[in-house]
Amino acid sequence: MAEKKKMAPRDNGSPDYKKFLHPMMAKNYGKWKYHENIRSGVNMYVAESGDRLYVVRAGSTRTMSVDTVRKVCDIADKYCQGHLRFTSRSNLEFLVTKKEEIEPLIKEVNDKLGFHVGGTGHSISNILHTQGWLHCNLPGTDAAGAVKAMMDVLYEDFINERLPQRVKISTSCCQINCGGQADIAINLQHHHPPKINHDNMKICEHPKVVAICPVAAIRPAKKDGKDTLEVVEEKCMYCGACHGQCPSMEIRDANTDTLAIWVGGKSSNTRGGPSFMKLATYGLPNNPPRWPEVSDAVKRILNAYKEGAKEEERIGEWIERIGWKRFFEVTGFKFTKYHIDTYRYARTTFNTSTQVRL
Amino acid sequence: MSKKEESKTPMLDELEDGPWPSFVTDLKNLAKKKPAIGQLLGQLEQSYEERWDHWLGTVINTPGYGGGIIARYSDIGNKFPDIAQFHTIRVIEPAGWVYSTDALRQLCDISEKYSAGILQFHGMTGDILMLGSNNEKTLEAAEELMEKGWDIGGSGNGMRTLACCIGPAYCEMACFDTLKTTKFLTDTFISQLHRPEFPYKFKFKLSGCPNDCACSIQRSDMPIIGTWRDEIQVNQKEVKKFIDEKGEEYVVDNVITRCPTKCITLKNKKIEIDDKNCVKCMHCINVMHKALAPGKDRGVTILLGGKRTLKIGDTMSSVIVPFMKLDTDEDYEKLIDLVRRIWEFWTEHGMDHERVGEFIDRVGLGTFLDGIGLEPDPQMVRHPRTNPYIKFEELAPPKIGGEPKAAPNVVDKEIEGREMVVEMKK
Ligand code: HEM
Ligand code: SF4
Ligand code: SF4
Ligand code: SF4
Ligand code: SF4
Repeated sequence: MAEKKKMAPRDNGSPDYKKFLHPMMAKNYGKWKYHENIRSGVNMYVAESGDRLYVVRAGSTRTMSVDTVRKVCDIADKYCQGHLRFTSRSNLEFLVTKKEEIEPLIKEVNDKLGFHVGGTGHSISNILHTQGWLHCNLPGTDAAGAVKAMMDVLYEDFINERLPQRVKISTSCCQINCGGQADIAINLQHHHPPKINHDNMKICEHPKVVAICPVAAIRPAKKDGKDTLEVVEEKCMYCGACHGQCPSMEIRDANTDTLAIWVGGKSSNTRGGPSFMKLATYGLPNNPPRWPEVSDAVKRILNAYKEGAKEEERIGEWIERIGWKRFFEVTGFKFTKYHIDTYRYARTTFNTSTQVRL
Repeated sequence: MSKKEESKTPMLDELEDGPWPSFVTDLKNLAKKKPAIGQLLGQLEQSYEERWDHWLGTVINTPGYGGGIIARYSDIGNKFPDIAQFHTIRVIEPAGWVYSTDALRQLCDISEKYSAGILQFHGMTGDILMLGSNNEKTLEAAEELMEKGWDIGGSGNGMRTLACCIGPAYCEMACFDTLKTTKFLTDTFISQLHRPEFPYKFKFKLSGCPNDCACSIQRSDMPIIGTWRDEIQVNQKEVKKFIDEKGEEYVVDNVITRCPTKCITLKNKKIEIDDKNCVKCMHCINVMHKALAPGKDRGVTILLGGKRTLKIGDTMSSVIVPFMKLDTDEDYEKLIDLVRRIWEFWTEHGMDHERVGEFIDRVGLGTFLDGIGLEPDPQMVRHPRTNPYIKFEELAPPKIGGEPKAAPNVVDKEIEGREMVVEMKK
């Protein structure tokens, strides 16, 4: 063993954001007056002092090589006094103070990075994505690839602001769903109880795995005289919580896992407040490298939404107004018994009135 | 024995076409100087072919810390030896995700020196992810990051890296300083971030106004969201301009009728707001943002208990503090005190792997409020309960059901001014 090096300081905490703020941000901090959309992908923020900050938004791939990040830095050095920002949806925001530099900047973003400018206002934002096969230990499908394939199909709605409202899209590659709630979400769906690898049952702490099951379907068992676990199959709802705790509880299945699409999630407190997304359709094949069936279904929803929604209506609000019956009609998805909730608050989702659309 | 086998990746190659930028192309270029990336793409191609993942996960720790590194081992490491160990370091991001290029270049250099040279901006939690180093290099990279003033962390059963919206840095809607508060909470509770000691993870997310651009209600245990308690600021001149420009009908259709509490009226090209009934939803301000602005007496609403799907299904956070100021040092002290009380009660009584929202579900919000010493408030619920199965502590005859358990009293409650819901006779 090499001799012990001195340990670096611990508990540095959160980097000092003040050092990173663009000078115009620092100068007008908390003193902004209004903003205006200049063109798709570019907002102008006007401060009380009269200063104008142009924020140019470009969709990144989130997973980037250091060389790509350096190219981003080169552009920010040239046009943004060496400052830039990332958004919660992995967009880049270039901070420009001179209006005439916006177009040259956009050209460099297009030419040198291959990134597109957009994602502001009533457009689809960059898709929130998880780790997938690139780097998670739990996924049944990929994330970065699925996002790339889908953005290829949807990108016209990223670079233009022509939707009734914002549309946020997310993906999740296992049923833990670490991707976000969204107006449209594409999530993996498991279809049978975990298959237990009894030979590998040694590293896990059994009581923890038993305790994690939300429906108490896991219990200790003996197999060939060895301690192991078993799953009560009728109780199990294939949620995969146990798999996250213990790799020997294999929930994934390359042959049977499918994808489901959820709609109507919203975080903002605007109008009716935040809402969760609901099941729109399911059973789409997990079909790499381009998942065309998923893109088709998402397009179908977007087209119906564009057609039918009023201005300012998010997808969930549009559906609430026209009703789910009509949603299934206009999208062509079939409503089945699997759309009816069976979990904890199922009854609160039933229609307990005579209010029906006939 | 340099078997520099060039990985064949026909399926991934298909992801190089199309208008959207391709991570595959980017990684292929990186592979020219980082052979490990070639193998990473090889493994990914195999995953695409088999629809099967090849990572095993565990944890490794750097001295003094109980989190911050996500360890990944390839289960086909014999085929792809350069990525047999391919760990991720979680680096705490600057509040608001604003960077100087110097800082980014520093991250690039450290990433290239010790890892495979992949960065992700950002992880689902909001942190910077540096991918692809082995056991040894991971620890070296962590040391260099900390040497340069960065910090790592946020995994396991502890506080996670915070995330916040851009707030006062360029958004006119911001009702409190999200960046300052994010840094303040991170630094104040840095030990809880580095040395996991809770039943399960705990996330804060901060949004400067109820638009909640940080998606905090759905994605964090404790959302802190800016708001105001006086009147919406109305600039009638701009209102008139807006109406002249867009037409009265537009304003009725897109503003007046969209107000959730119908508290806006339009008369003679003037807007009147019944602010007592405004629920601060932001809609009218968003649409007429030159004419309307949040009020001047600003503060935050604090919620608790949100999480994503695992186990009980998604839950949203719910209100525990309808309004508090967050300006002075004393205000911040109060916030710290509240967080500490929540953590103490939850850590003492929570079960393993129980998020604070699940814990509240189990013990009841009433008991929880008792436990942390907060007064119940009608704004905490949509409406009072609709069933009669109530256990009035004050009326339960102590001897019959055995001694009643004293309400868990982890903190000194402020009894002063407390209104009893049930007046005890005699
Ligand atoms: C001046 C700055 C900004 C303004 C005025 C603004 C405005 C808004 C508005 C009006 C909404 C709610 C839409 C609705 O449901 O009616 C919203 C939602 C959202 N914003 Fe922003 N925003 C700003 C900056 C940002 C930034 C920088 C991000 C980072 C990417 C962001 C991310 C989001 C997200 C993720 C939501 C979705 C929440 C949901 O699903 O409902 N916003 N924003
Ligand atoms: S959704 Fe599941 S599999 Fe995908 S990255 Fe998140 S935890 Fe991993
Ligand atoms: S998949 Fe979910 S329900 Fe089934 S045994 Fe595992 S934890 Fe329980
Ligand atoms: S949450 Fe409010 S303050 Fe923060 S960026 Fe969004 S609109 Fe602005
Ligand atoms: S903020 Fe929302 S609730 Fe308040 S007046 Fe405007 S639309 Fe109505």
